[in-house]
Amino acid sequence: MATESENIESLVNRRYKHGFVTDIDSEALPPGLDEDVVRAISARKNEPEFMLEWRLRAYRLWLEMTEPEWAHVHYPRIDFNEISYFSAPKSDKDRPKSLDEVDPKLLETYDKLGIPLHERARLAGVAVDAVFDSVSVATTFKEKLSEAGVIFCSFSEAVENHPELVRKYLGSVVPQRDNFFAALNSAVFSDGSFVYVPKGVRCPMELSTYFRINAANTGQFERTLIVADEGSYVSYLEGCTAPMRDENQLHAAVVELVALEGAEIKYSTVQNWYPGDENGKGGIYNFVTKRGDCRGANSKISWTQVETGSAITWKYPSCILRGENSVGEFYSVAVANNFQQADTGTKMIHIGRNTRSTIVSKGISAGHAQNAYRGLVRVMPQASDARNHTQCDSLLIGKDCGAHTFPYMEIKNPSARVEHEATTSKISANQLFYCRQRGISEEDAVNMIVNGFCKEVFKELPMEFAVEAQALLNVSLEGAVG
Amino acid sequence: MLEIKDLKASTGDTPILNGLSLSVKAGEVHAIMGPNGSGKSTLAQVIAGHEDYVVTGGSVTYKGEDLLELEPEERAREGIFLGFQYPVEIPGVNNAYLLKAALNARRKHQGKDEVDAFEFLKLAKEKMALLGMDPKFLNRGVNEGFSGGEKKRNEILQMAMLEPELAILDETDSGLDIDALKAVAQGVNALRSPDRAIVLVTHYQRLLDYVEPDVVHVLSGGRILRSGDKSLALELEEKGYDWVREAATA
Repeated sequence: MATESENIESLVNRRYKHGFVTDIDSEALPPGLDEDVVRAISARKNEPEFMLEWRLRAYRLWLEMTEPEWAHVHYPRIDFNEISYFSAPKSDKDRPKSLDEVDPKLLETYDKLGIPLHERARLAGVAVDAVFDSVSVATTFKEKLSEAGVIFCSFSEAVENHPELVRKYLGSVVPQRDNFFAALNSAVFSDGSFVYVPKGVRCPMELSTYFRINAANTGQFERTLIVADEGSYVSYLEGCTAPMRDENQLHAAVVELVALEGAEIKYSTVQNWYPGDENGKGGIYNFVTKRGDCRGANSKISWTQVETGSAITWKYPSCILRGENSVGEFYSVAVANNFQQADTGTKMIHIGRNTRSTIVSKGISAGHAQNAYRGLVRVMPQASDARNHTQCDSLLIGKDCGAHTFPYMEIKNPSARVEHEATTSKISANQLFYCRQRGISEEDAVNMIVNGFCKEVFKELPMEFAVEAQALLNVSLEGAVG
Repeated sequence: MLEIKDLKASTGDTPILNGLSLSVKAGEVHAIMGPNGSGKSTLAQVIAGHEDYVVTGGSVTYKGEDLLELEPEERAREGIFLGFQYPVEIPGVNNAYLLKAALNARRKHQGKDEVDAFEFLKLAKEKMALLGMDPKFLNRGVNEGFSGGEKKRNEILQMAMLEPELAILDETDSGLDIDALKAVAQGVNALRSPDRAIVLVTHYQRLLDYVEPDVVHVLSGGRILRSGDKSLALELEEKGYDWVREAATA
């Protein structure tokens, strides 16, 4: 399986050598948000009536809502009327003509991550002729999936080709009114991914946004919907270890997962958005709503995330354990360096009987960064024999950073067994000196200690991803000590 | 190999070494003894390059080069090994991983090929057998939950693997039972060779029953008060440190 997906990956990479898919070229809407903007977005995407109605309802709900302030993050107020909600990708003439024009620092990072040369150009947004390869590997990939009956396409394509599925499941996990950012996303989302795995099908390969045509420039309001029908299995990889630059400062994505009876969804994320410079200038605000619904009995949803980017991360991938014996898992490594702020964690809502959840959170803070874990374990009255184990570890590097843990537990059934373990440790000067005295450089020593700290989470990632994630962590923490 | 001249060092505002001179040649084993607070550990830390200690005067030359110019990791790669008095725990980092990284850092510096996992394991198991260590130690976190004796044996294992040219053992013998002490002594003796120098920093004469030193120094007040052959250690044991101090001031 690993070699197969590697092969596919290298083939697909080759296709991407030819750069962007440019058929989404269109003009940007002027900044600002009102009903006309929502209508315009829907019209440009040729959406059916039900989608427009759905967006408008979200917009109206959003108007009534206020931006949440409870998170342990600080940023200047966002003026939502200064944002353009439908923007065309940068035209070629505004982009760098070649890698020579790209910030050398960025290239250096690509080098350290071992990103192939042709990939670098794409990631850095270099303008290249969009020659369409007639033998599309991605098409082959899609054929293989459709043989299995798996639908994997952009959200827009799903609305066009599978409106009944979209209609049935969209917003069924994260309703429009769920929270401020989810409501905004629901009103204006540009595109995203859609996956449907039919009954009893084990998806023949790991699905990655990498393979999706039009993956580039899904924009700041991304929408993902994954439905695993009864007895099916799918593993989905989101993101990329390479640093991604984006001129949009605010990102508010929504991810919905639905696992029906006996289905399993494994969702892995590596998030590496631009975190801002060493002084905390610039950087992406990442306000994401991710939620999985274990709707059927014996279903399982597992979130694994490695978060190293963004200036601000506000993200709580959650599981609603509705089906009997359903299982929710959350494995997370969140790194915050320099002036990054992360407020992340999970929610496990136990509704069904005999439901189980596991939370393993590893927070690493360096520089002046603030890293908060916020987690909720809720056991509803009807959820007898629910079990949860939470392990929450923080690692501090240097003396100016902070780690905060906010565990919430609401237990309404006396048969529940809920365990919470938390530790905070520091990379001490003595540990570093010890390693250096053995001939290991300070940077390597930090990497070694950090990787040791994250081991439990990395082993949950698909293998190739885990190796990349480890390299990414090392790059993210460069210069954290000293 | 190691030439220390009139070395002065302090931590914070407190001077600890006050003009210490010491010359160690390849092939020699030196024992540095002295009461608590005499500066023994400081000397070891300064040679290894710990940044808490600031050199305020004098010079340290190692293999003809100015040692004080080098970063701690460069000193290590050049063959200086410090066996710590209190080896630090590094939870989550595999003992074998650290050891292999250390070994390869040194080999790379020497222009040798790095060892692979297979060669490494073979070598490590050999050395562990010699020291009477359970191979399971390799898979535990670095010193994580080790007893005092296990930590010290682990230091000796690292030394045996890295084959340093200058090994400084800072009170490696303290707090050991007789079996551990013998194992440590065996590790040290196995390393003795005409190309290497070993400096044993110790509080008691006990270790010297098993590792015979060529030279014994008595350190007090940040200076070497007296040097002699191994009989000096025995004399100290009998008469106590005050005897040296009195003799020095007299």
